[in-house]
Amino acid sequence: MKSTRALTCAALATVGALVLAGCGSSSGGSSPNANCASGSIKAAGSSAQGNAITDWINAYQTQCDQATIDYQAVGSGAGVEQFVAKQTSFAGTDSGVKEGDLTKANDRCAGGPAINIPMVGGAIAITYNLPGVDGLILTADVLAKIFASTITKWNDPAISALNAGKTFPDATIAQFHRSDSSGTTDNFTKYLSATAPTAWTFAPGKDWTAPGGQGAKGSDQVIASVDGTAHSIGYVELSYLFGTTNAKAALIDNGAGPVEASSATASTTIAAAAITGSGNDLLLKIDYTTKASGAYPIVLVTYEVVCEKGLSADQNPALVKSFLTFAASDTGQNMLNASGYVPITGSLLTKVRTAVSSLATS
Amino acid sequence: MSTSTDETAQSAADPAGIAGAAIRAGDRTFLGLSRGAGILVLAVMAAIAAFLIWQAIPSLQANSANFLTEQAWLPDQTPSVFGIAVLAVGTLVTAVIAMLIAVPIGFGIALFIAYYARPKFGKALGFIVDLLAAVPSIIFGLWGLYNFMPAVTSFAQWLSEYLGWIPIFANDKQLWTKSLLMAGLVLAIMVLPTISAISREVFLQVPRTHIEASLALGATRWEMIKMAVFPFSRPGMISAAMLGLGRALGETIAVALILSAVFEVNLHITEPGGNSFAANIALKWGEAGEVGRSALIASGLVLFLITLAVNMIARWIIARRKEFSGAS
Repeated sequence: MKSTRALTCAALATVGALVLAGCGSSSGGSSPNANCASGSIKAAGSSAQGNAITDWINAYQTQCDQATIDYQAVGSGAGVEQFVAKQTSFAGTDSGVKEGDLTKANDRCAGGPAINIPMVGGAIAITYNLPGVDGLILTADVLAKIFASTITKWNDPAISALNAGKTFPDATIAQFHRSDSSGTTDNFTKYLSATAPTAWTFAPGKDWTAPGGQGAKGSDQVIASVDGTAHSIGYVELSYLFGTTNAKAALIDNGAGPVEASSATASTTIAAAAITGSGNDLLLKIDYTTKASGAYPIVLVTYEVVCEKGLSADQNPALVKSFLTFAASDTGQNMLNASGYVPITGSLLTKVRTAVSSLATS
Repeated sequence: MSTSTDETAQSAADPAGIAGAAIRAGDRTFLGLSRGAGILVLAVMAAIAAFLIWQAIPSLQANSANFLTEQAWLPDQTPSVFGIAVLAVGTLVTAVIAMLIAVPIGFGIALFIAYYARPKFGKALGFIVDLLAAVPSIIFGLWGLYNFMPAVTSFAQWLSEYLGWIPIFANDKQLWTKSLLMAGLVLAIMVLPTISAISREVFLQVPRTHIEASLALGATRWEMIKMAVFPFSRPGMISAAMLGLGRALGETIAVALILSAVFEVNLHITEPGGNSFAANIALKWGEAGEVGRSALIASGLVLFLITLAVNMIARWIIARRKEFSGAS
């Protein structure tokens, strides 16, 4: 009897100590950063920028342990819907909320306008698997014909004309595209429509409408299919080419010479994009037909849709502003290179920072 | 005498004898709980149907093409153009392929376990087949995509080469991956454990007297099965097949990973292409706009109605055969 009572006391004491220890506030390793905010926010949206946002969240939460940010990569459409339904503090979207749809988002912001802020850029690489062919060069016209299935064989003269000195096999081109709706498809088809309107007669959009080829679910499936199928071609975000065995990125000749897909060449194109939004709304119109030398033309930009003013206090506008300031900072944008994304640069970055600093904190 | 007439009248109106018997609190509670459970299920079904209809209306009104015959799926465009032709054909074709393969094999496994195998071995085999049902759908999809695909591709190539004169096996694109045939085969494997488990239970329910009687009359094992087992278990076999069909119609992730999702009705089952209702919803939901989401729910409503119709037909077939079996 005595031993069980002693045991019970000891158990209760241990449990109590553990509970009380858990209740105590953690002091944290670093001293509180002046730019940190506390609390928690929920966000949802584009999966294209999912990895970038996750990296930022991890870095921010390490620095500011009083903050919790939860981003769900449910897709742009679902993300914007949740934002308009007041379930999230901001949304991530591949194509930006256009003027007409912005009014619904404005209602959500109690009058203060909803704005698009571009934060993450990306390059869409044309990935191919041709054993023995390195540095494949393609132009917009030939690319459009390949993806519209009008050019069906690798040894087509149109391809050989651009690639002197390389031998192409007499094989059918196994073309892969996205079977699910995606911002990558949206930007790629916009590029093809803008640069090769005669060869690409299909309306640009998030869904693939051209005939032929095979659909794969998600960029990861597209790259896996290209990597695993000889004589194949597909389009994926540049970051997916890390760690592939057979898949390589093609060079795109926009009229000023072949350009490799990389962070630097893509950011040239993004930085030169025209702003179609007014005020702090930075909706961009990318010039896919750019003939600038060293500019990779197939790019995409993802936006954060936030309330400039009017975000209710329970959605924690201070933390939204603090997090986005971190994302737009030099530290934040430099982190993008490591994960295969493209940072925003130049005067566009200045405008982004102005927009973020104008966000109301209450 | 009047008491006995009263009693007979009472028992005629109330054969289970519930009304007159002493009702304890326990009986009342159980009655309430079971009635409540039944009503809850009906309420959930009604809620789902109401939700589907309510959410589908905006897109159906906005659609500028015929919902039933249009092949393209572009609901978020202006003007909205979308239709379920490709989805319906894809869903039905993959389900039919799955059924054609899974039903005979499932019944075969069940018969083997019930009547041919030794009891212990039969139990072990049954256990393993049931384990197949525990494998998550996405694992089937990934396995199908990476491991099963080469084998099916060779088989499909053989089919299109030697049986290409039959229109459905013709292959003009010289590509054999990500086809309806592939999806149908993976669905067959997924649906097999359901069919085999249920029909096995049904076969084991056949009264031993029927079996002994036919064996005593000198029937061989197969004749015994034909004479005694099948007539008795027909309703059960049909419900097993219908449950399998229900799963094949609604399977989402495995089909979404495998199919090439092309919006063109293509009856060449060895060519890449095709899409199904559930896979389409999985692929398009995240990026869909308002009309897009409503259109996807409309397609979900059609799938709901198809499954309902299939189940009602099954119930009707079983009801017709009721008097021939012990299931009444």
